[in-house]
Order: sequence, then structure tokens, then C-alpha cells
Amino acid sequence: MIPAAFTYLRAHTSDEAFAHLQQYGAEARVLAGGQSLIPAMRFRLARPAVLVDINASSDLNVLRVNGNALAVGAIARDSDIERAPWITDRRWSLIRDVSRVVADPVVRQMGTVVGSLCHNDPAGDWTAASLAARAEVTVRGKDGARDVKIDDFLVDSFTTAVGEGEMALGVHFPVADDRTAGAYQKVERKVGDFATAAAAVQLSLNADGTIREAGVALSAAGPCAVRVDEAEQMLRGQRPSAELIRAAGDAASRRSAPQADLRGSVEYKKNLAGVLVVRALRQALSRLGVQA
Amino acid sequence: MSTEPKSAGCLGVAMKRKEDPRFIQGKGHYVDDISMPGMLFLSLVRSPYPHAEIKSIDISEAMQVPGVKAVITGKDLEAAGLGWLPTFHGLDKQMVLAIGKVLFQYQEVAAVFAETRAAAVDGAEAVQVDYAPLPVVADPFTAKTDEVILRPDRENKTNHIYHWEVGDKDKTATALANSPKRIKERIWFQRCHPAPLEPCGCVAHFDSMGRLQFYVTSQAPHVYRTALAIVTGIPEDKIHVVSPDLGGGFGNKVPVYPGYVCAIVGALKIGRPVKWIETRTENLTSTGFARDYHMDVEIGATADGRLTALHVATTADHGAFDAAADPTKYPAGMFGVVTGSYDFPVAHAEVDAYFTNKAPGGIAYRCSFRVTEASYAIERAMDILADELAIDPVELRRKNFVRKEQFPYPSVLGFTYDSGDYQKTLDVTLEKIGYQALLKEQVEKRARGELMGIGFSTFTEVVGAGPSKHFDILGIKMFDSAEIRIHPTGSGIVRTGTKSQGQGHETTWAQIVGEELGLDPQNIMVEEGDTDTAPYGLGTYASRSTPVAGAAIAMAARRVREKARKVAAHMLEVGEADVEWKDYKFQVKGVPAKSVTMKEVAFAAYTNMAQNEPGLEASYYYDPPNMTFPSGAYVAVVDIDRETGEVKVRRFLAVDDCGTIINPLVVEGQIHGGLTEGFAIAFMQEIQYDKEGNNLNTNFTDYLIPTSLETPAWETGKTVTPSPHHPIGAKGVGESPNVGSPAAFVNAVIDALSPLGVRHIDMPITRDKVWRAIRQAEVLTT
Repeated sequence: MIPAAFTYLRAHTSDEAFAHLQQYGAEARVLAGGQSLIPAMRFRLARPAVLVDINASSDLNVLRVNGNALAVGAIARDSDIERAPWITDRRWSLIRDVSRVVADPVVRQMGTVVGSLCHNDPAGDWTAASLAARAEVTVRGKDGARDVKIDDFLVDSFTTAVGEGEMALGVHFPVADDRTAGAYQKVERKVGDFATAAAAVQLSLNADGTIREAGVALSAAGPCAVRVDEAEQMLRGQRPSAELIRAAGDAASRRSAPQADLRGSVEYKKNLAGVLVVRALRQALSRLGVQA
Repeated sequence: MSTEPKSAGCLGVAMKRKEDPRFIQGKGHYVDDISMPGMLFLSLVRSPYPHAEIKSIDISEAMQVPGVKAVITGKDLEAAGLGWLPTFHGLDKQMVLAIGKVLFQYQEVAAVFAETRAAAVDGAEAVQVDYAPLPVVADPFTAKTDEVILRPDRENKTNHIYHWEVGDKDKTATALANSPKRIKERIWFQRCHPAPLEPCGCVAHFDSMGRLQFYVTSQAPHVYRTALAIVTGIPEDKIHVVSPDLGGGFGNKVPVYPGYVCAIVGALKIGRPVKWIETRTENLTSTGFARDYHMDVEIGATADGRLTALHVATTADHGAFDAAADPTKYPAGMFGVVTGSYDFPVAHAEVDAYFTNKAPGGIAYRCSFRVTEASYAIERAMDILADELAIDPVELRRKNFVRKEQFPYPSVLGFTYDSGDYQKTLDVTLEKIGYQALLKEQVEKRARGELMGIGFSTFTEVVGAGPSKHFDILGIKMFDSAEIRIHPTGSGIVRTGTKSQGQGHETTWAQIVGEELGLDPQNIMVEEGDTDTAPYGLGTYASRSTPVAGAAIAMAARRVREKARKVAAHMLEVGEADVEWKDYKFQVKGVPAKSVTMKEVAFAAYTNMAQNEPGLEASYYYDPPNMTFPSGAYVAVVDIDRETGEVKVRRFLAVDDCGTIINPLVVEGQIHGGLTEGFAIAFMQEIQYDKEGNNLNTNFTDYLIPTSLETPAWETGKTVTPSPHHPIGAKGVGESPNVGSPAAFVNAVIDALSPLGVRHIDMPITRDKVWRAIRQAEVLTT
């Protein structure tokens, strides 16, 4: 459990971090919360030659509702979100649900949202939530910063749109109106485990009670988190009903393409995807005062 | 600090654990806390293959890694006569470092010694081993065919290790054939691992006197000393084994592991201290696992539910070496207790053990030498029989319990149960859980299609190994010992041959001394684990400490008391015959006003002893006349989510009878810990190998340890039926909750699923398994 030798660099600003990354390219990895990277290094599954520690880069310690977006900087901790004063507002209910079930309370003290997105584990929590909430990630490259839609950001298992020498500065969740709520449903074998299956949903209602916008995404259902387009299309413009919800769940079950592992069989996980989407939709609607 | 004499008894007092402030404040002193000038670190090269020939080992690159001092291989050890290590069972040996071939994934192949831990790991990574993979035997049923012989080093060219049986085969077969009702089920107790939070490790050092100073995570330090003397040829007086604070053991720290031998060899060869500390992965993949018994259980009964016969045929997976640390005469441990709490007129139990390409072990995890497997088999099978007979599992148990008046009860499989009151214990459980109300609720829920289950386990254990005529480890009889010294001011020290790993000996041993001598247990120091100072004993495992060492302490204390009586007589100016021990002090018979306390006598023993031998100390080596038989009646209540297969343990009540209770707080703690382990075994834990022999559970992501968030809120209760042969009537409790609880959990799940026609699911009962069982039933009915 001893990592291979590496060079440790501490960056005090994001500029400094970016300069290091530009210099060392593929040899370097960014260290934020380190809750995935450090274990991988200890098992020698990851052997970066250079670690660029951004924990002292205070310009990345951002967590605020900023005009039209919730901005989460690269070193904002899961626990910061869990304890944010505005988090109890129902429009943030998806984010809040996730912040309470990511890993375990100890890991959440260090773990970061942006780190989790950059790690892009197939069974991550923030990835599915970001899809449902239609987040964008700000990536700094040679030509400056650019915003990348989460669907484009999540490329493949453990692979993102962050290129060699680049770094993710933060993620933005669009601010939803007050007729918006979400939910995150996760089945895990124990606290701290990755999801056996998980479903993230976010719904915005029109004044007439029909669904204006729907986000439905799954974790542990493929190489990386997946958006259930079919369910979203089904829901959009419709009045919530038990049949509609069941149909969305069935679509999720069909869309789910998990791998069998110690957490369960393919069949079981596909079943869970449907069950959890149904439960998450019901919960989100219930938060909006709609029983369906 | 009070050294006031006790006016009241110390037994049954919920004294806070004396060791806890140290542990809670992070002030425990563990093997990895030991550091010595010039100390080297050892890292082991391990095999990625489950079965492979070793073509060559190239250490040249490793020797180039900065800081690496030496690399040793199996060939080096073989040349020094240290290639193989006898297992504690005494009937097999195991490779220290692989010789010629590897037999399981993660087997030890080479040892790298370096200046730092990091350099040792880098060095181990740089050792080049050329393997030629061989066909893998990944389960005992394949092993049975003998198509691939795993251990050509052995005289018998077969994978079959032993056949063991007990009971009357023919009579059992006849009785089963004549039984109006019979059930038969294959019940597997899966391979699991005790996973103590502190993994195994040691520091080996030859001091300026040439004496081996060996600090090690051992539950049995004296046995280690003797075993090391035998294996290495170092005279036993030149070996000092110290087992400091241990972060859990659960049987995982009983065997001697290759890393220990390598550390000693390295310390000798290089002339510097060597530290070896396992990683979590190494602990899970190479050290003593638990269980892996495939049990074909057959019960016969009359139509009204009276038991007629029991037959259990077990196929046991022992891994690459027979390293199950059983007493010599008991290759399958105490599996003969498989008749459990029931009065079977005839029974037959047999075990066939096989080598496979898996890690060795089998005896661990609070199992009391296979009692866990036996208890699970009978308690699970009783529920299957109740289902078959369509009678309440509680009534079936009640009808067949060994009755109170039958004790001492000779079981048909050869044990003499010392005492018990199974009806009473069960009654307490039923009353406390509100069984009738739960049954009513269940009927209502079932009508609504909801899945609710109630599961019982009314187990009997056999612990306290053991009487010298039957029990030994490597020939050493399984007695235990205590030595007590009372200081002039009335405080004292007690040393024993056992070794606490969290059991609370520092508290409970002091309470026994306090009870016997009328002294304040706060000022009775307990020391264990140092072979230079502690009397010889066989260590702590299988719930043997209280039944054996606890008895030795009481007996040693009584010897101290007899010595003190002489001094008391002198002080009271009467003859010894006129002094009686009453109300925790010596008094002149019939004259309570004329008395002296033990504290006063202790002072006199050093200052005013008259013609008596000065000092106040005694020792006692206790050879138990029988085993002790703790029992319990456990019940689990579960609710199952049909859609996700999630099992919620709504309630769990454990009513234990461990005889006289020394400290209820410690007993409660032991029960909570053991139930949590039983819960983990029932629902989460399995060391799984794939068909190619790859270990799939190499860390805590894949081998689950429940946290407080998953763990049910435990309810406990007790009945007290003292052991008639133990000096204070205590029976031991450490193993009980792990032995008794898995069947209760599984029985509750199966009870919940029984309306769907489900009869058995093997542990661990994962959500996937439950969901599939429900799904299958739904498919069948639609």
C-alpha cells in the first residue's frame, strides 16, 4: 500500500497549477480531495510522476449561487455542499440528496464534486446528478477556459474531455426556478460503497402542472453515467401520472447497460435502474406537491 | 487511586473497561508502533497465479533498488532447513516461501529487506518471477476427482486430506430410512474472513545476548515460542515473544505465518531488526480464512415432529495447506456438536477435507473450532424441517430440546453438555420479542403481499478447550494458567497464558481476583502476552479464556487466600482452623467483630508474617475437567423490499446464557460485536474465488465490513445457568453471537419468502439473490 515514487508540487493558485500541468503534461495528475487518486496510487494502479496539489489554490475554493448558476470550484468539498445554508431549498434537492450519499461522511470531508467528475467512475454519483441537472464543466486549456456540457465532458470510463496539460476549474449547475425539484435514489451494499445502481432525476413543472423539463440519468449503468433520453422525452410536456412514471422507469431499465460484478447481476441492476427512476420521480414530484 | 478493600462482590458488576481510556485516546501500543535503531522493513513478493510452476526467480533488478539490503527465496530457506513450516494442526506443513510451485494466488514467493517500507515495496515489485501456469482446482468437488494432484510433496497422491466421522453410521441410516418425515438440504457456510482491523505483523531482533526478541500479533504467544524453537532450532530460552496490544484477532492471529519466519531469518542473516506489517490485501488473501463447509444435512422425524435421526456429510475446502489450527485429535474441530440443543436418539457426522488452489486456513472468526458451521447447519435444517412438517419452528425446537433435567447430557456424538435450560432461555426470548403479536402482524402483512419474516436460532456451543485427555495443539495440552502477586499495600498483578485482543481481560481478570480476595479490581493490574513474565498458556481463541484461564485465576486466587489465612490467624491470634473467609474478609469463626481485611493481611505478609513464608503470591495451571456449553435463543425480524430485494433487519434479540457473568458490560460488548459479525456474514461477506482461482475480495471495497449505519440496533437479554464444573460457573461468551446469529438472520429471510415457496438461500444473502428468488417465484405463479 505504498505508492510508487512521485514528485509533489503544491500550487497556491490555479494559474500556478495550470503552469505545472502545462510543463509536465501526461505525467502529471491533479490532486484535489484525493479520495480516488490516493487509493489508486497506493495500489499502484495509478503511478503519476508528478502530483499537482491544488488544495492551497484558494481561487478554486468556490461554492456560490452566482446569477444564473451554482458555481462549484475544483476544491469545494462534498461536505461543503452538504452543509451549505441554501441547500435545503427544494430546487437543490437533487444536489442535496447526492451530497448526503456520496461515499461516507469521512470521505465527504475531503472529496470534491469536480474531482469526482474528472475521475468519471462508472458508478460515480456526481456524474449522474450532473447529467440530470444539465451541468457544465469549465476546463482550462492552452486557449483559455471553455465550458463543456456534461454530456460531452463524460467521454468514457475514467476518461473526460480534460486534455493533456489541462485542468477542470469548476462545475456550474444552472439555477432552477422554484417549480423545480429532483431526487437521487441509490442502492449500495453499505455506506461508502459505490452504487449498485443509482438514478438521478430533476423535474421542472409549468404553472399548469405539466412537466416543462425533465432530467433522468443513471449511474452504474454503463461505461459512464448515462442520460435516459427516452424517459426525458416521454416526460416532457406531460402531466405526471403513475403510468407515465412507470413508462419512464421501463425506459431506464432498457437503457441501463451495466456490468455484472460483486454488486449484482446485469438483470438485477437493470431492474434496479427502473425501480430507482420510478422512486426518484415520485420523490421529486412529491417535493413539488404532486402525488403520482 | 483507591485500594480500599471490597465489601461487596466484584462479579456481575458492570465495571468500565480499564483498557478503554488507552484505546480510545489512541494510546494503545501495537506492533507497528515499535521502532528500533537500524530497523529494516520486509515486503513479500506474492504470486499472481493460483497454481503455477516457478521457472526462475531473478532478484538482480531488485538488488539494484536503492535501500534494498537482501532478497531471499524458497530455495534459500530450503537450504537452511526452513523451507517448510508445520501447521498448528500438526498433520501438514506449509511452504514458508514457494518451493518449485505456487499453490494459491497471493502465496509468498520471495522476501525483500530494505531500509524503508517504500524501498521494500519497490524492491518486491522489481523481483522477476517466471511462472508457468498449471491447471487450477478452485473448489473441493473438482479436487475430489484427483485429476490434478496439488500436493505431490505428500506421501498420499490425492487431494483428499482426511475423512473424519463420529456417531453411528448404520443406525443413523436405518433410523432415517424408517422416519415418516425426512428433509435433506445442501447448506453451504461460505468462505469468509475475520479481517481484524489491525493486520498481522512482527518485529524480529536478535539482541546483544543473541536472544530473539520477537514482537508479534499473536493470540497465543507461548505456543509461538515453542513452535519457533521447534522450527528454527533456537533454544526456547533464547526466544522472547511479546504480543503487545492487538487490534482484534478473531482467530486470524493464531497461526504462524510465513512473514514471521522471513522476518526472523532476515534479522539473523542481516544482523539488524526487521519489521513486517501486512497490507489489508495480504491479510485478506493469505491469512487464516474461516468456514467453507458444504454440508449435506439430513434429518428424520415423526409426523408430529419428534426428531429421529441426523446425518451430516460435509465437504470441506481447506485450501492449499491443511493449516486449520485444530486440536490434534479433532481434524474437524468441535463439529460433533452438530446435534445442537436437540435430543437426537442417533446421529452421524462426517467431514471430508480437500486441498484446493486457495489460501489455507479454516479455523477463525469466533468459530470455536467449527461450532459455527455445525450450529448454522442444524439451526437452518430445523427450520426446513418445520416448513416440511408445517409446524411452528418454535414448537419444533421446544418439542426436541434437551431438557433441563437431562444435564449433564451425553450427546450421541460424544460430548457431555454441562448445563443449560433451553426452554427458559427461549421463553425469555419469546416474551421479550412479543412473538404472538409479531405472528399476528405477519398474517396481516402476508394478506397484503408484504414480505415479513421471523427467524429463530436456539443454539448450543461447546467452548473452553480443553481437557488434557482430549485436547492439544502440537502436542501441548490445552490447559491455561494464572499467576497472582499481591503487593504489601493490597494491590496486585495477575498474569495469564491468554492474550486479550479486545475482550477486556484487563478488567474481567481483575474482577475475578477482586471477588476471590476482597480487593479492589481497580488496583489489580493484568499483564498478558509476554512469554518472559506470563505463565505458560495456550492463548485466547475459541472462547477459551474465561473457561480455562478464568478458572486458573480463581484457583490461583484461592491459593493466595489459603496462604493469607495463615497470616490472618497470626494477626487474629487464633489457630488457622478458627479463621473463616466471610463477607470478603477473614474473621474469627462466630466473632464477626474480630476480623482483618485482605489488605491488612497483605501488609502483614511482608511486615508481620511470624513463622509463615513471606510474600503473597500463587500460581495455578488449570486443566479443565470438561468443556463448557453456552447457549442462546436468538430471534430476527426482517422486512423485505420486493422490488430491490433489500432485507431490513427490523429487530434482533439475543438472549444468551453464558453461565455466571463476570462483567455484564463486557459481555454485552462481546455480544454486540459478534452479532455485527454474524450480520455481516449473513448478508455481506464472502471470500469469493472465480473459476480460475482468482481471489475477488482483496480489499474493503469488495469485502464488506458493516458500519454503524447498516448495523441493526441490537437487543439483548440473559438467563444464567452456571457451569457446574467451573470454579465460578462461567462459560465464555465471545463466540456465541457469531455462532448463533447467522441462522437467525437466514431463517428470518426464508420465513419472509416462504409464501413464495423459497426453501433455502446460501449466505451471504445479497439483494440480488433475494430479488432473483422473488422474481423466480413470480414467474412460476404467472
